Amino acid sequence: MKETNAENNSTGCPASTAELSRRKFLARLSLAVGSVGAVIVTVPVVGFLLAPFFERRQEVWRSVGKVESFKIGETTAVQYEDASPLPWAGVTARSAAWLRRVNADTFIAFSINCTHLGCPVRWLAEANLFMCPCHGGVYYQDGTVAAGPPPLPLPRYPVRVKDGDVQIQTAPIPITK
Amino acid sequence: MLKKIYHRVWDWVDDRTGLPKMIGKTARHLVPPDAKWWYVFGSATLCALMIQVITGVALAFSYIPSASEAYSTLHFISDQAPFGHFLRGLHYYGASAMVLMVGLHMAQVFLAGSYKFPRELNWATGVLLLGFTLVMGFTGQLLRGDQNAVWTVVVAAEQAGRTPFIGQWLAHFILGGDTVGGATFTRFFAIHVFIMPGFIFAFVGLHLWLVLRHGISEPPKAGKPVDPKTYGAEYKELIEKKGKPFWPDSAWRDVVFCVVMIVVIAALALFSGAPQLGKPPDPSITTASPRPDWYLMWYFAVLALMPHGTEQYFLVFGPLIVGIILIALPFVFNRGERSPWRRPWAIAVVLMTVVMIATLWVAGVKSPWSPNFNAPPLSASVVGATNGPVFLGAQLFHDKGCLNCHLIADDGGRRGPDLTAVADRLSKNQMVLKIANGGVNMPAYAANLTPAEMDALVAFLQTRKSKSP
Repeated sequence: MKETNAENNSTGCPASTAELSRRKFLARLSLAVGSVGAVIVTVPVVGFLLAPFFERRQEVWRSVGKVESFKIGETTAVQYEDASPLPWAGVTARSAAWLRRVNADTFIAFSINCTHLGCPVRWLAEANLFMCPCHGGVYYQDGTVAAGPPPLPLPRYPVRVKDGDVQIQTAPIPITK
Repeated sequence: MLKKIYHRVWDWVDDRTGLPKMIGKTARHLVPPDAKWWYVFGSATLCALMIQVITGVALAFSYIPSASEAYSTLHFISDQAPFGHFLRGLHYYGASAMVLMVGLHMAQVFLAGSYKFPRELNWATGVLLLGFTLVMGFTGQLLRGDQNAVWTVVVAAEQAGRTPFIGQWLAHFILGGDTVGGATFTRFFAIHVFIMPGFIFAFVGLHLWLVLRHGISEPPKAGKPVDPKTYGAEYKELIEKKGKPFWPDSAWRDVVFCVVMIVVIAALALFSGAPQLGKPPDPSITTASPRPDWYLMWYFAVLALMPHGTEQYFLVFGPLIVGIILIALPFVFNRGERSPWRRPWAIAVVLMTVVMIATLWVAGVKSPWSPNFNAPPLSASVVGATNGPVFLGAQLFHDKGCLNCHLIADDGGRRGPDLTAVADRLSKNQMVLKIANGGVNMPAYAANLTPAEMDALVAFLQTRKSKSP
């Protein structure tokens, strides 16, 4: 069962110097060759996992409705699709914003994510307030903080009018620093 | 004759694999004679883990880890597949049992001072396993792939985003991109099903190896402190003189406790069932009230109750400090008394932890800080008027969102003060000032109410008096 060499060592029988340096060489060779193998396998794995960090996503403009479908002074929820939805994303590719028509040609698009912890704020039309269902953060109609824990105003998304359509530019979920 | 064949097969297997003897020897290792019912929680945790592995593998037969399919496969498992609902229930209550047993095991080991010399690494690996268990609970909740899952990911990313320097990077990693989408769920699936179980198996193996290497700690005796110089010899003597084989002298209690636990889990799975699925995972549905499963409900309360401006400390440094303290514990206090009766602070720490988590948990379940979006308009009998300013004021109280946060006669939200008898404590002018200017947790309504509306609202609130005899 036991290796003869192991027995030699345990009985204290000294190996020759040449044999020792040969062993040292073989051990180092194995570690070095093994490392090369490990690197060959690890590089694509790490690269694959970290890929999302390096690809800069191209943001796109999405139409959310005709200009005249939004009443001046009102805030409504609009839905649109992400910048680059994966084929299997299903409904998770959808995004939303609160769109406020300030006057004839000014629109503001607010993020629906509360700046406290990202929960979806709701617009209370009668009260002219955004309210968060998680921890009671409240914002005024212009997105500034009215009450509660949010540290920052509601983020705004770029919005424009093109060919009679209101368009919102896609954006990452705003993460408060 | 049969017996002879049986022995021959047994001997052959033992000769070729060496396993039966090794397993037999391990199972019959000697344990302290007084290790009784207090010692069942560790093996109960292992038992719960086995339930999780078996039910998890079974669920994976029907689960598709894709953003567009996960939710519908969950519906299939819950509503159509034979035993599906039961199986989901087992996996859910098995997870609950595992979290609970980890907690009990930890409290028992801490109270008995079993983490002291030479079992420091038993404790440290256990702390890591606690962390892995919580990650499993968290990621498991996400795999339900419903609306709650979407918002839980977003909340997790927001929390990670507060980490100094690497926050944005971490948030990006959790979301699997810039937004919740196709890449999000597959990540959590890989973490829940491959990465975390890998870590758990490795560390459970190490944990058990350490238990065998150092032996199960003897029940503590007051006045018999641990001295690293002599402990090893004393323990060896105790085990050699009085030790009993783990199997079956001690293991029968583990088996009985484990089976009782399984029966309770199965009963809960049958009669209470797994959590209902929420709405579809559509991030554009803004009508959502994200809530974690019960074992993280206390943390949900922490998130709500942390003072303004301290988020970064609570979200990032809080868990980090708790982790460091837990891991460092056995290395700092590795000798001395083990008996809880000589370590009153140990009892105090456990009691305080239990009280703290329980209180936060109750607060989380009630979540008084969440506005009530479904409060119906106040009834005529509560308002006490069907026209005039008081009636108008009551309508405004509902329409302007006051009722979302304030209670009137048990109707409304609990975010702000109860206004059922507000006229007892505030004059008309004080009310106007408060409503116009707001406060830390209340919006200023000055620009949001006409003078006439303000008058009506205050007129209504002035009628809110306690019913004095």
